[in-house]
Amino acid sequence: MVLAKVWVLVEVGDGKPTTSSLELLTAARQFADLTEVFVADASGADHAAVLGSYGAKKVFSIGSLEGSLPGAKVASAIAKSIESNGAPDAIFFAASYDGRDAAARLSAKLGLSVITNVVNLLAVGSELHAEHAIFGGEQVLTTRFTSGAPHIFVIRAKSFVAEESGGAPAAVEKVEPGELGRTDDSRVVASHAEERTGPKLDEAAVVVSGGRGLGQPEKYEMIESLAKLLHGAPGASRAIVDAGWVPYAYQVGQTGKTVKPNLYLAVGISGATQHMVGMKGSKNIVAINKDREAPIFQICDFGIVGDASKVVPQLIEILQAR
Amino acid sequence: MNIAVCVKQIPDPAAPWSLDPSTHNLVREGKLILDDSDAYGVEMALQLVDKAGAGEVTLVSMAPRNETSGLRTGLAMGAAKAILVTDDQLAGSDALSTAKVLAAAIATTEFDLVIAATESTDGYTGTTPVQIAELLGLPSVSFAKKVEIDGSVVKVDRQTEAGYDEVICPLPALVTVTAGVVEPRYPSFKGIMSAKSKPVVTLSLADLGLVGAAGGAVAGQEIVSVQKAEARQAGVIVEDDGTGAQQLVEYLEQLKFV
Ligand SMILES: Cc1cc2nc3c(=O)[nH]c(=O)nc-3n(C[C@H](O)[C@H](O)[C@H](O)COP(=O)(O)OP(=O)(O)OC[C@H]3O[C@@H](n4cnc5c(N)ncnc54)[C@H](O)[C@@H]3O)c2cc1C
Ligand SMILES: Nc1ncnc2c1ncn2[C@@H]1O[C@H](COP(=O)(O)O)[C@@H](O)[C@H]1O
Repeated sequence: MVLAKVWVLVEVGDGKPTTSSLELLTAARQFADLTEVFVADASGADHAAVLGSYGAKKVFSIGSLEGSLPGAKVASAIAKSIESNGAPDAIFFAASYDGRDAAARLSAKLGLSVITNVVNLLAVGSELHAEHAIFGGEQVLTTRFTSGAPHIFVIRAKSFVAEESGGAPAAVEKVEPGELGRTDDSRVVASHAEERTGPKLDEAAVVVSGGRGLGQPEKYEMIESLAKLLHGAPGASRAIVDAGWVPYAYQVGQTGKTVKPNLYLAVGISGATQHMVGMKGSKNIVAINKDREAPIFQICDFGIVGDASKVVPQLIEILQAR
Repeated sequence: MNIAVCVKQIPDPAAPWSLDPSTHNLVREGKLILDDSDAYGVEMALQLVDKAGAGEVTLVSMAPRNETSGLRTGLAMGAAKAILVTDDQLAGSDALSTAKVLAAAIATTEFDLVIAATESTDGYTGTTPVQIAELLGLPSVSFAKKVEIDGSVVKVDRQTEAGYDEVICPLPALVTVTAGVVEPRYPSFKGIMSAKSKPVVTLSLADLGLVGAAGGAVAGQEIVSVQKAEARQAGVIVEDDGTGAQQLVEYLEQLKFV
């Protein structure tokens, strides 16, 4: 293996490790002899079996966040563990907001660079090189660290496929975050969930997304009906999330979800680079747009140059009649 | 209420961008503009200061060649003054170097709150602001979609995977805002005229005591190659003559989606 030891920050959602975290564990296993993880959750120990089955040998349990935002506590716990255990070769963080916060704080604490927006890792000699897409995925940059360990990588969702390795439950060791000073002063006082129906956007086999070309918020209902008929999840461009038509949880793209469905249908979406990086990996891409010059047509497999408010209702009608 | 807003000045996204073939740095020739992502931060800061009834907004930027075009836009919107860090040694800086520079520049002014965007349009590492918070020993709340000041506390609705969290944080603190938090105002004619005479303090690495501690020479990473991504095969594109939907259904049938 290229590396001796990799640490992974595991995030927990809906009471279990997130898919992105399991993807990072799978990647770690490919490159390192030993994978250990950090978890900031009251039930850190409860995840030892699942994390072990994805190849983690040890869980450093930070315990409950007690209302703290994760960044400062997690970074401090990792920095303390480096003091007592030595640095691993690399640390993987998911490109989520919490993951980025923790990576940023750790980087500043250790005085070490971070490589972000990673979509692939390559073993080159005794180090890892990271690939990252720029200019809307048109070009790929390969970057390496010139500083010492640990190398901090922030990796985008769906860059690796999560696969179990069937390992034994991981050992659990408690770690304390230590003195945080003012950095831990923010407190979550309430959490709100926004309702979503149907399959999860980032797990659905079919995604139907709408953009500003729908013209008005009510037209988004067409997207929901079409998604339902195709057993898929509805998604959106940032333009209509910012405009308040749909919640942020629907957003596909650089700042939103990365999706890789078998079918991605973009309706009234121009195909800005920041949208494309979130959906370019889809197996089949279909676009409906009235502008023949829209960039989305350059990457689609099937495109209709037409008015969404005509084409989509017809499509719904044909599918309903079947 | 004094607010420091980090504003990045970037090459116009409407013009094609390129990388310098030898350094692999983004080519930053020509006029730079205020990153759209940061216009939201400037607007948010102006509104918060307005509500508080006292204080001012200071823009903080690191950019090459004494570039101030983007800063002038922010000043024209209503910011009181700007701090610009410019130094040849800063070319090729990584996010941590940028954060060191901005943190040191922010420390030269009085502030209760620092605002930045969640990510820039050109670099989009999304790590610079929270690195700044760590370097200044401040708490941070990233990914804010709503920001209010209540006495000496900032209240933030922070976007999450599932919805949003209500977060409170005593000042001073750093907050990153997403697009859509507020609608940035267009600078008025009067604003544009008065921006010309607003103070812009220009600092070098030496002024900040960071020679050898920040800049391209101490970046902890390097680009080893740039390649064209695998292009997707061009597909079939049809003009809708009334049968577009039917043709799409046939395409979906072939692929067994229906
Ligand atoms: C830092 C940063 C991060 C970003 N992150 C994201 C992100 O995560 N996701 C994202 O999506 N964007 C993101 N953006 C925004 C992105 O740059 C675009 O502004 C956005 O994707 C545009 O959304 P849109 O395609 O819906 O709107 P527009 O670009 O306005 O396109 C609307 C399209 O609809 C077409 N149209 C109009 N009328 C009709 C009709 N009747 N029938 C059919 N078609 C019609 C038009 O021809 C046009 O192509 C980000 C931007 C920045 C700077
Ligand atoms: N050179 C810079 N000058 C001023 N602000 C910056 C600079 N670089 C980054 N920032 C701030 O940090 C945010 C995130 O940037 P980035 O880490 O590049 O995604 C930006 O939107 C700005 O608010």
